[in-house]
Amino acid sequence: MNNGFNRRRRNAISGLAYLLCVLATIIALIPLMLILFYVISQGAPALNLDFLTQLPKPVGETGGGMGNAIVGSLMLIGIAAVVGLPLGVLAGTYLAEFRSPRLSWTVRLLADILSGVPSIIIGVFVYTLLVLTMKHFSALAGGVALAILMLPTVARTTEEMLRMVPDTLREASLALGIPRWRTIVSIIIKTAGGGIITGIMLALARIAGETAPLLFTALSSRTWPTGLDKPVASLPVQIYTYAISPYEDWHQQAWAGSLVLVIMVLLLSVGSKLYFGRKMRSVR
Amino acid sequence: MAGSITTNNLSATFGEVRAIEGISIEIIANKVTALIGPSGCGKSTFLRCLNRMHELVPGAGTTGEVIWDGRNIYAPDVDATDVRRGIGMVFQKPNPFPLMSIADNVSAGLRLAGSKRNKSAMEEAVERSLRLAALWDEVKNKLHKPGGSLSGGQQQRLCIARALAVEPDVILMDEPCSALDPASTQKIEDTMDKLKDNYTIVIVTHNMQQAGRVSDFTGFLLTQESGEPGRLIEYGPTSKIFTMPDHKETENYITGRFG
Repeated sequence: MNNGFNRRRRNAISGLAYLLCVLATIIALIPLMLILFYVISQGAPALNLDFLTQLPKPVGETGGGMGNAIVGSLMLIGIAAVVGLPLGVLAGTYLAEFRSPRLSWTVRLLADILSGVPSIIIGVFVYTLLVLTMKHFSALAGGVALAILMLPTVARTTEEMLRMVPDTLREASLALGIPRWRTIVSIIIKTAGGGIITGIMLALARIAGETAPLLFTALSSRTWPTGLDKPVASLPVQIYTYAISPYEDWHQQAWAGSLVLVIMVLLLSVGSKLYFGRKMRSVR
Repeated sequence: MAGSITTNNLSATFGEVRAIEGISIEIIANKVTALIGPSGCGKSTFLRCLNRMHELVPGAGTTGEVIWDGRNIYAPDVDATDVRRGIGMVFQKPNPFPLMSIADNVSAGLRLAGSKRNKSAMEEAVERSLRLAALWDEVKNKLHKPGGSLSGGQQQRLCIARALAVEPDVILMDEPCSALDPASTQKIEDTMDKLKDNYTIVIVTHNMQQAGRVSDFTGFLLTQESGEPGRLIEYGPTSKIFTMPDHKETENYITGRFG
C-alpha cells in the first residue's frame, strides 16, 4: 500500500525531472537556432560571387567583397596549423606515452591553464613577442597567436585519444619486437588517428572565429595578402570593423561575412563528426 | 640450444609487492612446458619476465638471471626489442591490430621491426605463418578483411600466426584459450602440438586437463601464504607431476583439492 504511494511519487518526480531536462535542452538550443536563422536571413541577400572574390570597395562605392579576408583567414589558419599541430600532437604523445609522473602532471596543468587564458592576452603576448621585435604587424604573428590558442586543445585531445588505445595493443606490438617509437607511430597513433584528426578539426574551427588575438598581431588589410611578414585581413576582424562602422552597406557585408564564417566553422565541425563516425565504424 | 631458457633465482616485483621469488627452472627446447598454479601465484608474471614484458608495467622490477641463447637477457647491453623478437608472446585475450587487415596483422612484426623484404617474400611469410597456425584455409580468400572481423578463436590463431611470422625460437602463451570455446581450444592445442617440432612453447594455463594434454613438462607455482611471493614448488615431466608428484601441495592442487 505504502509501496504504491511511493511508486506514484517516484514516477511523478521522475517525470518532472525528465520534463525539466527537455525544457533546459530546448532553452539551450534557442539561442543557437536564433543565431543561425538571423545570420542566414541577414547574410544571404548580400552573399554573392563578388563578395567571395572581390576586394573591399572604398566607403561610398557599392559592391566589393571580402575575398582578401577569406584568403587571409585561410592563411592564418594554415600558419597556425603548421606551427601548432606538430607541437600539440607531439606534446600530447609525450603526455600519453612517456609517463614521467611529475613532469606530465606539470605539463598537463600548464596546458589546462593555457587553455583558460583569455585569447586577448595571448594576442598581447604575441604582440610583445613578434610584432614589437619585427616592428610591424604580420600574418606570421597572427598565425602564431592562433597556434598558441589551439596548442592546449590539440595536446590534450591527442593525449586523451592515445590513452583510449588499449594497453593490450601496445603489448601486442612490443611483444613482436617492434621498437617503442615504431609502436607509437605505426600502431598507437594510427589507431587513435580518427580521434586526433577530429580534435584537430574542432580546434581549427575554434580558432577560425577568433578576433581578439588578431587585433594586435595580424591587424587587417584592404588588399590581397602579400606576404607572411605583412598585415593580413581576416574574416573575424573584417566583420568587427564593418559591424561597428556607421555605413549601412558595410553592415550588410558584415552579415555576409558572418555567414561565410559560420559556414566554414560548421563544415569543419560537422565534417569532423562525420569523419570520426566513419572511422569508429571501421574500427568496430 | 637456441630454444632453451634457464632462469637463475629469478624474482619479480611490482613496486613494493614481491610477485615471484627465487625461481630457477630450465625450459627445454622444442618441448611444451606448462606453468600451473592457483590465481595470483605469479605464473603470468614469471612468463612475462621471460621476454622482458614485465618491465613495461610502471614500477616493475626483476632480479636474477634469464639465460637465453647463451646470454642473460637482463644484461645491460641486451636490447629488450631483440629479446622479444626471439621470444614471442600470445596473450590471454586475442589482440589483433584493429585497423589492419588479416594479412597486415600477420606481417606487422616483419614490416614494423625494420626487416626489408619484397612483396612476394612477405606474402610467403604470411601464408606460411597462417598455415602453421591452422588458419590459412579459413582466411585465404579474405586476407584483406580486418582482423577484428574474425571470430574469437580465429583471432587468437591470427595472433599466433602474427607471433610466428617474425620466426622466434620460443613462444610464450599466457592462458591463450581462457577466452575461447572448446572447439577453438582444440584447434589451438592441435596447433601447439605441430609447433613443437620447431619451437619451444611455454604455456600458462588454469586448465589442468589442458596442461596434461599439451605439455611435456610442468611447473607448479604457489603462493604459500597470502602476502608471500609465488614460488616454484615442483617442476618435472608432466607425466610424473600428474601421477606421482613429490610435494603434497602439488598433489592437492592437481587433484582439485584447492585452487
